[in-house]
Amino acid sequence: MPTLDELMRQGRPVARHRPWPRTVVDAAAWNAAAGRLSDGDWTLLGLWGEAGAVHMALLDGTGGIGVVSLDCADGRYPSIGQRHPPALRLERAARDLFGLQPLGLPDIRPWLDHGGWGLRHPLAARTEATEPAPSYVFLPGEGEGLHQIPVGPVHAGIIEPGHFRFTASGETVVRLEQRLGYVHKGIEGLMAGADLDRAAALAGRTSGDSTVAYALAFARAAEAATGATAPPRAQWLRALMAELERLANHFGDIGAICNDASFTLMHAHCGILRERVLRAADACFGHRLMRDRILPGGVAVDLANSGVAALRALIAECRARFPALTELYDNTASLQDRTVGTGILSAALARQYAAGGYVGRASGRSFDARRTPGYPPYDTLRFDVPSLDAGDVDARVWVRIREAEQSLSLLEQILHQLPEGPLRAEPTPPSEPCEGMALTESFRGDVLVWLRLAADGTVARCHLRDPSWFQWPLLEAAIHGNIVADFPLCNKSFNCSYSGHDL
Amino acid sequence: MRKLLFSGMFRAPVTEPRPPTDDAALRELAQAVDRSARRRLGHSLSIREVDAGSCNGCELEIHALNNAFYDLERFGIRFVASPRHADVLLVTGPVTANMRDALERTFQATPDPKWVVAVGDCAVDGGCFAGSYAVVGGVARVVPVDLHIRGCPPNPNALLQGLLALLDRVGEGGRSA
Ligand code: SF4
Repeated sequence: MPTLDELMRQGRPVARHRPWPRTVVDAAAWNAAAGRLSDGDWTLLGLWGEAGAVHMALLDGTGGIGVVSLDCADGRYPSIGQRHPPALRLERAARDLFGLQPLGLPDIRPWLDHGGWGLRHPLAARTEATEPAPSYVFLPGEGEGLHQIPVGPVHAGIIEPGHFRFTASGETVVRLEQRLGYVHKGIEGLMAGADLDRAAALAGRTSGDSTVAYALAFARAAEAATGATAPPRAQWLRALMAELERLANHFGDIGAICNDASFTLMHAHCGILRERVLRAADACFGHRLMRDRILPGGVAVDLANSGVAALRALIAECRARFPALTELYDNTASLQDRTVGTGILSAALARQYAAGGYVGRASGRSFDARRTPGYPPYDTLRFDVPSLDAGDVDARVWVRIREAEQSLSLLEQILHQLPEGPLRAEPTPPSEPCEGMALTESFRGDVLVWLRLAADGTVARCHLRDPSWFQWPLLEAAIHGNIVADFPLCNKSFNCSYSGHDL
Repeated sequence: MRKLLFSGMFRAPVTEPRPPTDDAALRELAQAVDRSARRRLGHSLSIREVDAGSCNGCELEIHALNNAFYDLERFGIRFVASPRHADVLLVTGPVTANMRDALERTFQATPDPKWVVAVGDCAVDGGCFAGSYAVVGGVARVVPVDLHIRGCPPNPNALLQGLLALLDRVGEGGRSA
């Protein structure tokens, strides 16, 4: 069996793909990679298409990363999903967008295409859709006394839209099936032909709660492609923003999970901490979510002395208040009764699906893109990647509590070591087409951006892979055997992104 | 828990004073709200939020309206779970082709009198997603809009100003003391 290195050497290497290699392989090597994935030796980081080719980003057991590509001029390629289920939805999406047919794909239903675009394969042939889309057939759940509960796309709260089809036996969920794609905006289509600034703005609007992580991933991919490096101060400010974003989301969601267990006191107090973080972000960078503050080549704004003071005050307040909330969570038996043992995700599934973020880390998979592959300035910062094995709602809450503490420490370290210097070194336009890839750690998990720039510096193709692609399917597994009434709690403890997934 | 509750009694509330009503919003609303409707609604508004394609940034700031700083409910404005209980639909996002149907049906399920508030730059004209094969456009392309609150996302203060303007119009001068 080939190692990733050997596999990469077998094919035709693609010039100007950075920082990891890309190789065009034949069907045999493509299938060999599928074998390594299904054996659990390698991890699937992403799978995406373009007209006439399909690509796969792979991670081997030693932290090596590579992209393998298969040319398929006839639009067909051997399905990875038939052997490695985490690829299923990615292949269904690539088929809807590009018309690429995965041979052997066990699930041939459309995924993002709900029949409303007036077009088929909008990113490739763009043929007019002549017939109306057939109605979507949900997977059957058969047995005595089973009933179905359809929920959504519009949910009973301030939540993104998606459809959940529950099959239940009394109160117990026998099957949950998701149908997503409602907020598909065609971001990858809008990217094509865009200049770097517009593309960066679009990337930062893929999933609003992770706008910093996306802007960072896009910037790093663009820098990799063009061979540019952001100045040191910019890299540190980026990490500062990323940790503020993580902190705000963790505070907000820890409270919201407790709220879904009807424990509103935590929600109210965590909401105050979240608001404090957003206000500090606003004071430092002029935007509460820090949107459009990270650009290819650097950052858009500097941190003034007043901002440093605001951050120190924020850290002090969080350090003073958060421990009492942690204790409250830990000591409230009625709350623990709802979260402990609920929505268990097995370690095997977390590993198979390469679940990122707290979903993976609560089930023993301690992957963190800040460590592997790693990017500056995290190589010079001290932090733990907390992980647990229980895999339940409680474990996901605890991982987030511990991560929030780590983020506070990271903020302190960054403020302490922040170098002086310029904020941006604008990437020089390439003279020939070039490609770049980046992996960054959002609060939710690893975000992957793959980018090809044309010779004039505009985007030829950009793929954005949200961590939710590999977490949504796991929610279907985690809810199995739980009661319907615990679904909001489980769902919130995963908190997958609809927009990030639907694109 | 008791300690937390107790200390809460002695700390000053974090809640912000009421922001001034947004003048531009008042002008846009002048035509939208007639007197008879005001009488029927009295002094409160029930809002149903509909994400018709947003990036979820707008939702984050709408959520913030419920936190202790903005405390929307003190104005008699609250979020409800069903369009059938709503006076106002708060719609975010560029309307995607895949959400068009659901938005129309939610609008139809909302009883009269009703108002639609479009939240965020995307909801005005599709924002940076305009022109995509998957996007219909601004909210007004699908349902009639009474008020736009701009921003990407609008911050909670801007949202509050817009909603208070709506409440003022609807409730003839807001809440009676
Ligand atoms: S206006 Fe901005 S925050 Fe709101 S949905 Fe559009 S891109 Fe997202």
